Amino acid sequence: MARFIVVRLVNSIPVLLIVSLVSFSIMQMVPGDPASIMAGPQATAREVEEMRQALGLNRPFLDQLVIWYGNLFQGDLGRSILLGRSVGQAISERLGITLALALFGFIVTLAIAVPAGVFAALKQNSWMDQAVMTIALAGVSLPNFWLGLMLIVLFSVVLDLLPAGGYVPVADGLWPWFKSLILPSFSLAMLQVGLLARITRSAMLEVLRQDYIRTARAKGLARIYVVGKHALKNALVPVITVIGIVFSLLLSGSVVIETVYSLPGLGRLLATSILSRDYPVIQGGLLVTAAMFVFVNLAVDVLYALIDPRLRED
Amino acid sequence: MADAAAIATAGAARPGGPSTLRRLFSHRLFVTGIVLFGAMVAVAVFADLLATHDPTRIRARERFRGPSAANFFGTDNFGRDVFTRVIYGSRVSLEIGFYTVVVTAICGTAAGAAAGYFRRLDEWVMRTMDALMAFPSIMLAIAITAALGPSKFNIVIALAFVYVPRTARIVRGSVLVVREMDYVQAARTVGAGHGRILAKHVLPNCMAPLIVQLTFVFAYAVISEAVLSFLGMGPPPPTPTWGNVIAEGRDFIREAYWITLFPGIAIAITVLGLNLLGDGLRDVFDPRMKIQQG
Repeated sequence: MARFIVVRLVNSIPVLLIVSLVSFSIMQMVPGDPASIMAGPQATAREVEEMRQALGLNRPFLDQLVIWYGNLFQGDLGRSILLGRSVGQAISERLGITLALALFGFIVTLAIAVPAGVFAALKQNSWMDQAVMTIALAGVSLPNFWLGLMLIVLFSVVLDLLPAGGYVPVADGLWPWFKSLILPSFSLAMLQVGLLARITRSAMLEVLRQDYIRTARAKGLARIYVVGKHALKNALVPVITVIGIVFSLLLSGSVVIETVYSLPGLGRLLATSILSRDYPVIQGGLLVTAAMFVFVNLAVDVLYALIDPRLRED
Repeated sequence: MADAAAIATAGAARPGGPSTLRRLFSHRLFVTGIVLFGAMVAVAVFADLLATHDPTRIRARERFRGPSAANFFGTDNFGRDVFTRVIYGSRVSLEIGFYTVVVTAICGTAAGAAAGYFRRLDEWVMRTMDALMAFPSIMLAIAITAALGPSKFNIVIALAFVYVPRTARIVRGSVLVVREMDYVQAARTVGAGHGRILAKHVLPNCMAPLIVQLTFVFAYAVISEAVLSFLGMGPPPPTPTWGNVIAEGRDFIREAYWITLFPGIAIAITVLGLNLLGDGLRDVFDPRMKIQQG
């Protein structure tokens, strides 16, 4: 098992190297002069020159690359000129909100998708199966930011139950904090609910066809026991493999959901940095989220190998 | 998951045969998808005929009118007709979706075929694709759009960066299966070159999973374009796009929900249509489903 983990760790090194290279390239992709774009249209020639020096763009390309990796290994992601602080600081201040949102989104996803998928598989081709699958299809077809706005209209404007947006820190009370994250987590989760419900359903159908399920039923075990103990456990294996993808989709969705609900998280930071062309923050944000994804996938692989010993062999 | 689907589908059914078409058109969901998506394409093509107003003309005295016989979807904060703006918005979304599919198909097939067929390239190509897939899709797309600048062309490039790796992976999966088939070995034995084998024998038999994937890429691209426009990274106003109409409506959502409601429904219809198309194609191309249905 230790060997398995080491091999996976080593395998992720080239991926992380390419990820950091892509993040580095974002600044190089800017047509024209990123320094004058960041300094703004009213900047004097001297201000642009200062910006160029601050960004390190006055150096040759290879030097820039070496400096980028040198700083990276020291955990330095550069400085945001507009925020007046280091990129690492700016990201770590906001990461908590995004992770809380992603965690809630994940819980909502699991709580709805798994029971719905199992239920649909058990009642295959019934009207309830059709209904669950129709809702799942709607989940993957409705744009989440629009859904978020519609939920604001319904729950905040019409029913006046939940806040329309804004973030309440935990320090101001657990319940207000929780309330400020309910609508965002639901809007964020819908897409993944749709995906996961379909995956759970087909995995469950696959398992229910197996001989050992028939055997379990034949020897007289209660249906609830067969489903819960034998079928569900095996049907959840493919569900675990997509946890990494679900996490990535949650982070991706946070950009737009945090904008809709005015939550000061990492996603919103990226969205505003992009509008103000704050390239160091964009690069750092991309790198941090991609690195998190690589490590989440690594954890999923290890989890998977723990559950299914056949995978540890190679 | 995607790899398994690709392997199951690769080499099984060549799309386009008469029986495939018949099966497709007796597939209820596929037909629903065709109708929804086809309707949206028709709206985009005949936008000039369907529009009831000028999409960009500002009429200050007609601001915030609710839906009525004169303005089907109401008017926005500049008094512009929302129905007309939604109609014209379909052009931007479908155009960007279509070109994203074209670019993704070309680059994804090239990368996937290279990795699957020439084993020496495999490691390098797929590691690069893995790295690109590590970025959350919307974040990568907005970062690239922010770097290149918001224009239709640059959005297509940015979205291609997101969807090429996912497509390449699927093509690679099917190429790996097909290249071991007897007819490929036979072609190699009689002296066919790599180019000929790829073009004539391998790729045509990898089409089914690719077509299914591209249908979903179209759907994702429509949503992603809307997200980019909503965040202010889309084609610049006053060009109406579904995303920027929603973004403008967002500020007035309490007084004028209709500005936000209708473009979202348009997106949902388009994406739902494409998802149904993709599901239908997958059902028909997947041989396992064939066995089940007898």
